[in-house]
Amino acid sequence: MLNWLRRPKYGSLQRREMPAGIWAKCPRCANLIYRKELERNLRVCPKCNYHHRLSAEERLSITLDEDGFTEFDAGLTSTDPLRFTGYPEKLEEAKQKTGQPEAVLWGEGTVDGWRLVVAALDFYFMGGSMGSAVGEKVARAAEYAHEQHFPLVVFSASGGARMQEGVLSLMQLAKTSAAVGRLHDGGAPYVSVMCDPTTGGVTASFAFLGDIIIAEPGALIGFAGRRVIEQTIRRKLPDDFQTAEFCLQKGLVDMVVPRAEMRRTLATLLAFFGGPRIVPPAPELAPAVSQGAETG
Amino acid sequence: MTKAPDLDRQLAEVEAEIDRMRRLSRDQSLSLDGEISTLETRAEELRHTIYSNPTPWHIVQLARHPQRPRLTDYVASLFTDAIELHGDRLFRDDPAMFAALARFEGQPVVVIGHNKGKDTKENIARTFGMPYPEGYRKALRVMKLAEKFSVPVLAFVDTPGAFPGDAAEERGQAEAIARNIEEMSRLRVPVLVVITGEGGSGGALAIAVGDRVLMLQYAVYTVISPEGCAAILWHDATRAAEAAAALRLTANDLRDLGVADDVLPEPFGGAHRDPDAVFTSVRDALRRHLGELRQVPAPELVNRRYAKFRRLGVLQEMGAATG
Repeated sequence: MLNWLRRPKYGSLQRREMPAGIWAKCPRCANLIYRKELERNLRVCPKCNYHHRLSAEERLSITLDEDGFTEFDAGLTSTDPLRFTGYPEKLEEAKQKTGQPEAVLWGEGTVDGWRLVVAALDFYFMGGSMGSAVGEKVARAAEYAHEQHFPLVVFSASGGARMQEGVLSLMQLAKTSAAVGRLHDGGAPYVSVMCDPTTGGVTASFAFLGDIIIAEPGALIGFAGRRVIEQTIRRKLPDDFQTAEFCLQKGLVDMVVPRAEMRRTLATLLAFFGGPRIVPPAPELAPAVSQGAETG
Repeated sequence: MTKAPDLDRQLAEVEAEIDRMRRLSRDQSLSLDGEISTLETRAEELRHTIYSNPTPWHIVQLARHPQRPRLTDYVASLFTDAIELHGDRLFRDDPAMFAALARFEGQPVVVIGHNKGKDTKENIARTFGMPYPEGYRKALRVMKLAEKFSVPVLAFVDTPGAFPGDAAEERGQAEAIARNIEEMSRLRVPVLVVITGEGGSGGALAIAVGDRVLMLQYAVYTVISPEGCAAILWHDATRAAEAAAALRLTANDLRDLGVADDVLPEPFGGAHRDPDAVFTSVRDALRRHLGELRQVPAPELVNRRYAKFRRLGVLQEMGAATG
């Protein structure tokens, strides 16, 4: 089990959302949880199974093999092409807050030794919104996976297109979807993982174009916002509307996978695809069926 | 110079006064023709001042004008032998999306487009030109027919956006849009897009991944409506005029940003003032661009289309940071 509990490569998981201290309060069930227990549980509430949102770094650190990740285009960031009121300030604030230049990280790594191209969106950076740089990085990830014929795994967590870049943000839907189209043509597999939340323009482009689509439990997934829909149809929507479980029932995603099982599920899929593998299999991961790793 | 919002207010006041006079003259059998005529001259002067130098918000209103030519008008005047096709073969026929086989100047083409209504009744039936997933899937089905028969696709865009409803979400609105964008990006026939009115976000882009994107002078194309943008940014939808300016959504803006390839001039005061002039300018533009695109072999066409969308966006490389 060591592999599951290894020290995060990118420093600590105890950031944001969590007030400082030994105890953390779950935003859903309001129970106090021993912080170390929460971290051991991959930031899933042991009481109510709430999957806390992760930054892109955190996501990669709990998903990829240790020391197996090489980031590409780390310095690539959006500018302010429209001179949009307040955008440079918001960008700067997001950079300060997250220590990242943009709302996505991408690179090459391994899961249980299986090589893959991976991208993770960061909801803490301007709501994971997709502007020019996010679109560019996702497109480059897809193009690189296509050229190398590696599997592509994208973790989405985004409110949608970044309004402050206007129609150029909208064009990122075309850019990323076209790049995924090339990937599909070339035959390299693409797994899309939708985390909380995955909405708007990100759903209407690369996130819903996965060969395999996985959702995290409880994740909000949908195109239009709940309030806009309620105003349009003049009815209240049920509580579970646009949740991962709702999407599974409606046939929109392949599976809902708890965080504790994500690595194992990805490893099983990557083994199925049979791509290149660079390290001998970790004994505790093969065979890739449940070995009693409790979900939160 | 009088500011745009003041002109708008003056015009609204004059129009209200005209209405009041008309009612008065009808209800009380008074003859107010002289007064009404004076006011109408005044209204026309104000409109002239406004449309001589329309703000982005005025242009949004022109793009949404209820009398603006609709898809059916373009189809009637630009094409012959149109055979409308219905349904996505999966769920139902979505009247917000039009699809047809037709001839343009004798040549076979496929026409798709958002189908806004001309009056309230039609608009309700067609959900104001906001398609459901089945609308996008119908459009895709017919675009694939175009590919099969090696005929160009002509797409007419005029929508506030994809329909925001629970049934649309359940049937995969996002997936339908994403699929269309992906498939259009690699369609092996020429794809010409004309944005005639509102280009509302993903709901517009789902039929707008073209080799050439043409825009009418007073059409708009935007990632979010000005009202929605103002509501999110400033929690105040009434600041839509400000948002309209900030979003850079006019045809000229889009040409500057590299999104629109050609801007087609409209008559003074908007397309509805002289629809025939608009049809003529659209016909000329379609002929010219189609003629050019027909010369390009399919693989080259697909490569160029990929490159066209691939380069959109503005980036910055920060030197210091490394992986």
